[in-house]
Amino acid sequence: MENTDQRKELKVSAIENGTVIDHIPAKSVFRVMRILGLDRLDDQVLVGTNLDSKKFGKKGIIKVSNTFFKDEEINKIALAAPSATLIVIKNFQVALKKQVEIPNHVEKIVKCFNPNCITNHENVPTKFEVLENEDGIKLSCHYCEKTTSKEDIVFL
Amino acid sequence: MKNRSLISINDFSLDEQLRILDLAAEFEKNPIQKILEDYVVATLFFEPSTRTRLSFESAASRLGAKVIGFSSAASTSVSKGETLKDTILTVSSYADIIVMRHPREGSARWAAEVSPVPVINAGDGANQHPTQTLLDMYSIKKTQGTLDNLNIAFIGDLKYGRTVHSLTMALTQFNTTFHLVSPVELKLPSYVKRHIKEKQLTYYQYTDLMEAIPHADIIYMTRIQRERFSDPIEYEKVKNAYNLDNSMLTNAKENMRILHPLPRVNEIAEDVDSNPKAYYFEQALNGVFVRQALLATILGAR
Repeated sequence: MENTDQRKELKVSAIENGTVIDHIPAKSVFRVMRILGLDRLDDQVLVGTNLDSKKFGKKGIIKVSNTFFKDEEINKIALAAPSATLIVIKNFQVALKKQVEIPNHVEKIVKCFNPNCITNHENVPTKFEVLENEDGIKLSCHYCEKTTSKEDIVFL
Repeated sequence: MKNRSLISINDFSLDEQLRILDLAAEFEKNPIQKILEDYVVATLFFEPSTRTRLSFESAASRLGAKVIGFSSAASTSVSKGETLKDTILTVSSYADIIVMRHPREGSARWAAEVSPVPVINAGDGANQHPTQTLLDMYSIKKTQGTLDNLNIAFIGDLKYGRTVHSLTMALTQFNTTFHLVSPVELKLPSYVKRHIKEKQLTYYQYTDLMEAIPHADIIYMTRIQRERFSDPIEYEKVKNAYNLDNSMLTNAKENMRILHPLPRVNEIAEDVDSNPKAYYFEQALNGVFVRQALLATILGAR
């Protein structure tokens, strides 16, 4: 006998307190985990990927118990998952819901596109200023001062 | 400016740039001043640049400072695989200031971040060479009496020329009118032109050098390199079009002066050298005064 309730059940179970990151492009789920350092966390982390989504086709979702992120931390994932939604859960209820925002500065996440940049030859943590104009976003390297456009972004 | 590094011309405000130029004029009048006798200047040239290195070493010597350093990476621990960071940390315990030339872009900014002593960038790859920009500004001010409201013509390779890009950006502070003369393949890139447009300054683009000459207060010549062309036939077509000789200067303004970052190959004919409009060798000498001003200011002696 088919249980209709079961079909509606959440694919990734609810958390009591913590953070849900929803609408992550499926291919970026593990990158988002790495950027936020979730692989080194002691708290419970629930992950779903390649879930059906009306809006995105396939999406990923991450639920982290008892962990709350500062804006500048969560915004680091904006380059990998610009569509992501952040949901803060308190006592099984949605306490806050918002979109991630592209930060003004990006550190250590992205490689400089300039092959002659010092960051590609020595152990230098990369650092960029994010420039936004009508052509979309560009990263301006703090060191070589060259710009990396969105389609050339390579994550470290 | 004491103890501050100079990596990009924008690290110094307009007011600070002008103070360096004023101090350079003082050193021009009185070049030998032993005000840095207790200091050691390190010149670290990870790639050879004889002119820039000698200019800095001459500036340091005239101020009484001791100079240590190397003129190519081959003879140093870099060839054994030492990182730039380790080289800088080691040398900074031997010297009070580091002058550095390095083939990688961004190397100077990185060096300044790890170094406990100030760093002057003497060229980081194709990125910045701020002391060249300051000596170009000094040369323009000295020959024209002002930096304001001038007509400056840049000739040759405007796409890859690092000195052209830095000087263009610096000149946007002075209501300059730009005359940009280059082959179509070597036009000034849009990210540099953006700075001209942002300040709503006027610029003209030409492919014919003769059209720009009568307008210019300064002609800034650069060399066109064969390897910049994807099509060698294109190079053959333009290679002689941007060579300046005396006969081309008859319509030039009386006050016009010719600058060139040097080394020159054949883009300025030798018959121009004796023309009073030729200024490129004096320009090189001005580099010593500007570097004296920088060393003295950053080390806090002036």
